Amino acid sequence: MHSFPKMKKNIFMLIEAFSEAFGLILSADADLYEILWLSIQVSLTALLISIALGLPIGTTLAIANFPGKTICITVINSLMGMPPVVIGLLVYLALSRSGPFGVFGLLYTPTAMVIAQMLLITPIIAALTYQVMEDLHKEYRDLFFSLSIPLDKAVAAYLWDARYSLITAVLAGFGRAISEVGAVMIVGGNIDHLTRVMTTAIALETSKGELSVALGLGIVLLVLALVVNGLVTTVRTRARHYGYA
Amino acid sequence: MRHPIIKQLSFVALCSFSIFSFADSIIVQSTTSTKNSGLYDYILPKVSTDIGIKVNVVAVGTGQAIKNAQRCDGDVLLVHAKPSEERFVAQGFGIERFDLMYNDFVIIGPSDDPALIKGSNDVSEALKKIAVAEAIFTSRGDDSGTHKAEVRLWKDSTIDPTKASGQWYRETGSGMGATLNIAVGMNAYALTDRATWTKFGNKGDFQIHVEGDQKLFNQYGVILVNPENCPNVNAAAGQKLIDWLLSKTGQDAIASYQVNGNQLFYPNAR
Amino acid sequence: MREIRHSGQPNLQIRINNLCLDMRGSRLLDQIDLILKQPGVTMILGPNGAGKSLLLKCIHGLLFPTWGSIDFDGLNKNPKQAMVFQKPILLRRSVMDNMRFADQGTQTDTELEQALDSVQLLEKIDHPATQLSGGEQQRLALARALLTKPDLLLLDEPTASLDPASVVIIEKLIQQATQQHIKSIFISHDIGQAKRLSADVIFLNRGQVVEYSDAASFFSDPHSDEARAFLSGEIVL
Repeated sequence: MHSFPKMKKNIFMLIEAFSEAFGLILSADADLYEILWLSIQVSLTALLISIALGLPIGTTLAIANFPGKTICITVINSLMGMPPVVIGLLVYLALSRSGPFGVFGLLYTPTAMVIAQMLLITPIIAALTYQVMEDLHKEYRDLFFSLSIPLDKAVAAYLWDARYSLITAVLAGFGRAISEVGAVMIVGGNIDHLTRVMTTAIALETSKGELSVALGLGIVLLVLALVVNGLVTTVRTRARHYGYA
Repeated sequence: MRHPIIKQLSFVALCSFSIFSFADSIIVQSTTSTKNSGLYDYILPKVSTDIGIKVNVVAVGTGQAIKNAQRCDGDVLLVHAKPSEERFVAQGFGIERFDLMYNDFVIIGPSDDPALIKGSNDVSEALKKIAVAEAIFTSRGDDSGTHKAEVRLWKDSTIDPTKASGQWYRETGSGMGATLNIAVGMNAYALTDRATWTKFGNKGDFQIHVEGDQKLFNQYGVILVNPENCPNVNAAAGQKLIDWLLSKTGQDAIASYQVNGNQLFYPNAR
Repeated sequence: MREIRHSGQPNLQIRINNLCLDMRGSRLLDQIDLILKQPGVTMILGPNGAGKSLLLKCIHGLLFPTWGSIDFDGLNKNPKQAMVFQKPILLRRSVMDNMRFADQGTQTDTELEQALDSVQLLEKIDHPATQLSGGEQQRLALARALLTKPDLLLLDEPTASLDPASVVIIEKLIQQATQQHIKSIFISHDIGQAKRLSADVIFLNRGQVVEYSDAASFFSDPHSDEARAFLSGEIVL
């Protein structure tokens, strides 16, 4: 029973982490809210840009026929599995002062983190949009042809009728963005009060050996994810109840 | 939908320009050991009040910090690997290197001390014992200042631990804190700077086994990145920061930083 | 129940010229030559796999024939078509929103409600369309097809496996459509239904037209062995 005291200690640490987390939330710790707010802003901005790019890409791939379409789909599906660190490295090299976009001085700014996260999640949103839209396109295609629905109205109908599935795709993107650490660490630099977000703060506290603080921050992030997911699930459940999803 | 997008984009625009609109804001490429020790959290507010400069610290390994600075992604370099720093200056990437402060390295390990090195002040002897006992030793393995110091110490003890890489010699390729977490998890020995260890929160039953050897001396230096090589460098603000660090005020500030009553860094600017 | 007031194209003529359709290396429709002049319902009969749906899709333009062509003659060389699919395709929206989408804003809500009333769906107006029963879904699909005021109505087994009440409603609407000079082409497996509705009959087997004649002579005196076997309920190979 050599491991018993260690186990007991770990359970104690977990309790400590939870009390740390709720202490942080309840005390309205200014640093915590700054970090949390930056996390949300960076990931939300990246998400909005990714939606603006990924939705049209996915929809085009689903609806249009053009040479090289299969290759495009394969490429996007592969990009979905791109490790964040690699994306971080590419963005770092691009934004570095000695890199091609160095003159803009974007490295170690929230903008750099937005760019990295945007590159990370655009393929995800595009690929998931493609899947959702392709299914719907197969379902509706003949009807739209039959009713001579113009393309713009057809696309609008696809987007509207797939909205609940698309919300899930978008949520997957947001989850990936806000939980990502490798890329934002490299391009953001984890600078206090400038580019420190939840995940890099967790990494920092872990490296300082402050495991319960790190876990506490993790719990805060988890609570955020739970709230967002809970909202979307509620919406989707209602939609499914009415047969709209 | 339109409204929040605009809001978000303007936020991004604000953030990207804030770093410039704050004319005296600079980036210091530094090491995880200084950052994890809490030194910056202690002295940077003083820097801000004294000379009005906002200092943004990027903490990576010394090797990576030097490479980042060579790529012009920083204004000031504050690291601890003197030969590499001197090469950085000699190659024209930096203006001049100044001694800033020192502390020392220590070897930490589990309290049951499988290699029986406790209380030693001969680091070469201790490393030999670890090698003979094949006790697990975690190395940074990331070309950082601490890693470079560790490589030098093994060389002095005439042992090549890399032959046992993956066996008892385990290179984590991670920062100081991460490596300490791994050492604690694997019941392994590790070389660390004293500051990081003192501030480290996940010590378990680990303690310092070897300290006090002259060879464990850990010198930090500070260098202004050469604006001739990197026109974007905020040389005026960077120089101001270096002047402040080397001044009596700065040196006193460094000396006064304590954790649990222990002084972590010893200023030694000349 | 209200009637739909709409006037189709009285003299619509459909000419199918030497139409062939190949898919994945096999010939699914083989040299189909037909001239459909008669008003009313043209019934397409034939065993499974005869190519009935494919022919309908070619007429509608959903499939391109490998050879041959389809021409329309009459007041309009490009008659307005509507199609009702065997498995109704409904948007994931309410019954009324399905109507609105198909109509694209040319009619008032009251007119759309009248159309729904004609298929007895007025009380389901706010129901999600995909949650209606099979019969209700097909009635909605038919009401929606008629909304577009077609000259030519194509129906691919619209009443297969529906409840009798829905079949009655659908058949009644198609008869009304005929009165309003809407030409229909109808695929059915139900010989009784074919007798009730059809003006003329195309009998297809293995992608070829085996027989084309007016309904009275087809049902009383079929020429081909296949049609005879089909009408007497035997399996046609």
